[in-house]
Amino acid sequence: MAILIKGGRVIDPARNLDGRQDILIEGEKITTLAANLEAPAGARVIDAGGMIVTPGLIDMHVHLREPGYEQKETIASGTRAAAAGGFTAVACMANTKPVADSASVIYFIKEKARQEGVVRVYPVGALSKGLEGKEIAEIGDLAAAGAVAISDDGRPVMNALVMRHALEYAKMFNLPVISHCEDEALANDGLMHEGLVATILGLRGIPAAAEEVMVARDLILAELTGGRLHLAHVSTAGSVRLLKEARARGVRVTAEATPHHLCLTDMLVQSYDTSTKVNPPLRPAGDVAAVVAALAAGDIDVIASDHAPHADEDKDVEYDYAPFGMVGLETAVPLVVTELILPGKLTWQQAIKSWTANPARILNIPGGSLVPGGVADVTIIDPDMEKEVDVNEFYSRGHNSPLQGRKLKGWPVLTIVGGRVVMENGKIIEE
Amino acid sequence: MRLQRKDLLGLKDLSAEEIELILETAAPMKEILGRDIKKVPTLRGKLVVTMFYEPSTRTRTSFELAAKYMGADTMSIATATSSVQKGESLRDTARTLAAMGTDAVIIRHSAAGSPALLARTIEASVLNGGDGMHEHPTQALLDMFTIKEKLGGFKGLKVAILGDILHSRVARSNIWGLTKMGAEVRVVGPATLIPPEIENLGVKVYYNAEEALKGVDVINVLRIQRERQKKGLFPSLREYARLYELTPERLKLARPGALVLHPGPMNRGIEIAPAVADGLQAAITEQVTNGVAVRMALLYLLIGGAN
Repeated sequence: MAILIKGGRVIDPARNLDGRQDILIEGEKITTLAANLEAPAGARVIDAGGMIVTPGLIDMHVHLREPGYEQKETIASGTRAAAAGGFTAVACMANTKPVADSASVIYFIKEKARQEGVVRVYPVGALSKGLEGKEIAEIGDLAAAGAVAISDDGRPVMNALVMRHALEYAKMFNLPVISHCEDEALANDGLMHEGLVATILGLRGIPAAAEEVMVARDLILAELTGGRLHLAHVSTAGSVRLLKEARARGVRVTAEATPHHLCLTDMLVQSYDTSTKVNPPLRPAGDVAAVVAALAAGDIDVIASDHAPHADEDKDVEYDYAPFGMVGLETAVPLVVTELILPGKLTWQQAIKSWTANPARILNIPGGSLVPGGVADVTIIDPDMEKEVDVNEFYSRGHNSPLQGRKLKGWPVLTIVGGRVVMENGKIIEE
Repeated sequence: MRLQRKDLLGLKDLSAEEIELILETAAPMKEILGRDIKKVPTLRGKLVVTMFYEPSTRTRTSFELAAKYMGADTMSIATATSSVQKGESLRDTARTLAAMGTDAVIIRHSAAGSPALLARTIEASVLNGGDGMHEHPTQALLDMFTIKEKLGGFKGLKVAILGDILHSRVARSNIWGLTKMGAEVRVVGPATLIPPEIENLGVKVYYNAEEALKGVDVINVLRIQRERQKKGLFPSLREYARLYELTPERLKLARPGALVLHPGPMNRGIEIAPAVADGLQAAITEQVTNGVAVRMALLYLLIGGAN
């Protein structure tokens, strides 16, 4: 069935487009983009007056937990959470059980996503065998099977030589190496950002330096090897300084920041609410401001949620014992709209670019732009819609969000993947 | 009069008036402890449970005695013998206790914030008996009771807290309590054992013991845990003692007659010299007595009388 999206404000940063346009979708493709299109007979007309219409949003950093941790999330539940949050594609990290360090696991994820998923799923392969950081994984096999990047995300690659080899080897397949920058020794089993709040709460601190020394190391290795480095979840002012300096010198590096590191501070931990326990940890306001400024300046390319669902019983424990991670797919858009776009810290164009054109380019995947003949992945956001976050309504199996009860504005209301409406008004439309 | 709160989680949350009320209530309690028959019926019919996830002798027995002297029934749950060993979560254990009609739970736990988690879970009063590096409010209150008894008050008093500030819940609770009551607090220890940004709590940081102890009215000596040395936070117990042990010579730098406190158990010859620990200026054994009085006061103020 054809779909005509009428009267919306279309923002497509890849084409430098921001204005009233109608979009005609036929089959799995976009066929026409123009002002005042007539609906063909039998087409569904979607009135997008007052809405923001964008290329389907891409979240290049999520944990779908399957295979192995289905009590936390599955490909079925995680892709529904993505669609509910306005995302049409996700890249899922390799720290599953078994680890996605072999072609067979990549095939499994892709096949599961085809059968049970509602958005596009791009697996990230492991950087090292078993995520152990000792020997590089069969990156050529992973690439052939369809991995779009390699990463040991969740665990740092402590051995600089292994990191060097990964950057060099992945270059042959044009795969980015996504680095979780954390010096384990400096992190010292910390639980939150090291600073005044940690001192008051008596929680072991993770200094900003634990991230920054690894950012520095990886930038140096990217320069040495010419490999494609992508820094995951940049969270400190020091990391931003290093990144800017490296970019200015032409080092091949891209970077992402999460909505929670862009919008929340370590003050939230004061409740000892375990949903605030995340790695890298929530930082003080000065770091948050530096990361926001870097995103606005284009030094950080991507907003990615690092959606990390956990079962309720995993998080319903003492702060020390709770695993790191928070869910983000279903709150990313309204959080960024409320905390960054509406207060004028970020423009719609900048935000959309970091969710569309930039991740598509970094991962070398389809979408990220609305072009006639291109895939019909589209997201519609109602910039005026306001509602409270209710974790019990999440499609994700994880309820570990520190935003419970927070009133947010600017919710996605429609998600189209390959010409099919998969989410409308927050509800998943099953096939 | 009662405290207008369900729980005692830390001194950070208490007002100066509330601290004053607790210290004033502890004085008559101490008088009861001096009696021949140390029992009053104030908490008869109440159930007080101690839940200790970390080994402790003095805090647990002190609370149990306090509850018993007030006529309450007591029950003690130690982790080695309870269903905690079977993997039961803190919240489930707490719900079980609540279902048995518990009026107050005293919890000690190595994980900071556990008392807050417990307090959110059950309706009974929760008293923090020490949580990780966070707070140990009853220890600070008994320290303050001792100071008030010996020196009359807090305004303008100079108090030095000496030792491992980083890992010390006793230090944090003392800092909150003493600064609220108008004392000047100094913390002194090796740079590796001073928590970041602690000066923002209104204390002065010293690395040099001699400098820090000059002219102080009270020295609160903290216990040094031997495993900190193994983690590389200081090079040796020998060097620690050389730089920070409260010796008679260092004590002389303080105001004449300055009070020496220690939360115990002591490492003699490491953080405190035996001559100081057993000297006239030390109130260390009296702190133990005062601990019972302060805990009686707290139980009375939180669960005493009609609801």
